[in-house]
Amino acid sequence: MTTEIDRQWTTRLRKTVVEKLPPEKLLPDTQPAYVASWIYVFGVTTLAALAIVIATGCVLAMKGPLWWHLSSTGHFVNSLHLWSVEIFFFAMVIHLWGKYFMAAWRGGRQLTWVTGVVLFLTSIGAGFTGYVSQTNYDSQWISTQAKDGINATGGGAFFNVLNLGQMLMWHIVLLPLAAVALTAVHVIYVRIKGVVPPFEEEK
Amino acid sequence: MTKKVFNPDVDAPVFKGKYAPYDIIKEGTIAVVVVALLTVVLAVLFSSPDEKAVTIKSWSNATPMDFVATAITELDGTSGTATYGPPYNNAATGQQIGPFTLAKWMGINVKVNTASDFVVAPLSTLADQPALKTALTAFTSASSTQKASWEANYSKALTTGRFSSGTLQVPATNAGPVPVMMSALTAMARSGALDQALVTAKGFYTTDYTKPLLFMADGSFLANKAQAQHLSGDQWGMMNETGSYPGQAWLWLYTMWYQVPPFSTSWGANADALVWAFMMILTLLLALMPWIPGLRSIPRKVKVYRLIWREHYKSV
Ligand code: HEM
Repeated sequence: MTTEIDRQWTTRLRKTVVEKLPPEKLLPDTQPAYVASWIYVFGVTTLAALAIVIATGCVLAMKGPLWWHLSSTGHFVNSLHLWSVEIFFFAMVIHLWGKYFMAAWRGGRQLTWVTGVVLFLTSIGAGFTGYVSQTNYDSQWISTQAKDGINATGGGAFFNVLNLGQMLMWHIVLLPLAAVALTAVHVIYVRIKGVVPPFEEEK
Repeated sequence: MTKKVFNPDVDAPVFKGKYAPYDIIKEGTIAVVVVALLTVVLAVLFSSPDEKAVTIKSWSNATPMDFVATAITELDGTSGTATYGPPYNNAATGQQIGPFTLAKWMGINVKVNTASDFVVAPLSTLADQPALKTALTAFTSASSTQKASWEANYSKALTTGRFSSGTLQVPATNAGPVPVMMSALTAMARSGALDQALVTAKGFYTTDYTKPLLFMADGSFLANKAQAQHLSGDQWGMMNETGSYPGQAWLWLYTMWYQVPPFSTSWGANADALVWAFMMILTLLLALMPWIPGLRSIPRKVKVYRLIWREHYKSV
């Protein structure tokens, strides 16, 4: 017999979470032996680079969009932001191809794969809006070039790459929020499902 | 109930092997420290590019004749922006994929009328210039055929015109108020006032640079600078940035299509729309990979996984 307490949304949510993701799965202390491969470094590296991208972006945000043109400290923080982004993409692309060649969607891990692809697209959007929000010649050139591609899809009616205010908001609010939320979902899926086992080979 | 058959590309075998201690928090912490250090090293070694933004002021001072030649096309409606179509105006249909005129369907949401936004309205902000005021009144009250004839005459005269000792010198021709307007616009541009007028048309605060960017993109100053910096479309364009930086290297596949036929040749007029459509299909294939028979079997067949998990296969 279910009681009133059992039927509460809160109770049900807690039970589902604890059942799907008990603490031993969220923070496991062992991993299957096959996890001893260099390929697993790239997922963590992507995650670490994302953290540095966000941290350096936050420093740039504190001083506003023009600071880095005017101060050598600002320019250095901008360099940190740029290079952490390059590391982020480098690691993510190897991660992506690694997961492809492992067919890491097997065993009910399709959503991990799909959130990964969406993360890839979100990151490209974040990188692009970053480039056009730099308020320098690169952003002028990239935005005036890119407008034709986006306009050709009809997207230009809603997403005006020449509108700095709009691009900056996407770059520092909307896309980072999406990237962080999706990353959380992505990694939680991995923890729920565990790391995908290797293909079995016939002897 | 029938038992589901095991599909090696969809299902994963149950792992019955050994588990080893693994400290994911420690690994994550080490990763953050290592990436932070690497970032600092790269930033110290390579810094980051920051080429100053171009302005209409710097453009019209560096190459005044290119500025005037562009400005008259904004006035007579023949510039790139004036003839663009959606989302700026309805001068054209915009790109299309077969019968799908996506840009047109989405509408004109970023309205730009080059003659009034780039020329007439900025000039009307200049106070205390009676001759200019008379010229503007004459221009705005003229018929469109009259305007067109003035503009055509001026364009023709402009080809033998020049800019020297701070003034625009264009041979006299039957161009009504246009010469006065163009001289005033050039002076305004060279002072920096046009940059300002284009962004503050709707009020004091501004975060939207659509108009001055479109205006500059119609001239050749921005593009020549890009050419010199190996940034134009046929040089893998916007994926690069100034200097020798990696830029948006991850856009290589997207930018590649612009370099190859038929996108670069017979499909050229609608290349943007077609490249985008093509990339969307490829992206969809990537996202739906786990469900696509054939594609999802490639990893099992090419056996790169044996390299990835080589320790594991050594032990079984
Ligand atoms: C912001 C970008 C991303 C971050 C931070 C991230 C992070 C991670 C982490 C930490 C793991 C667990 C460790 C590992 O298996 O390497 C993981 C697993 C995984 N990732 Fe990503 N990832 C990102 C993007 C992607 C992309 C673009 C794809 C592919 C399209 C992808 C597909 C996968 C898959 C399928 C797994 C499960 C692997 C398994 O079970 O062995 N991820 N990701």
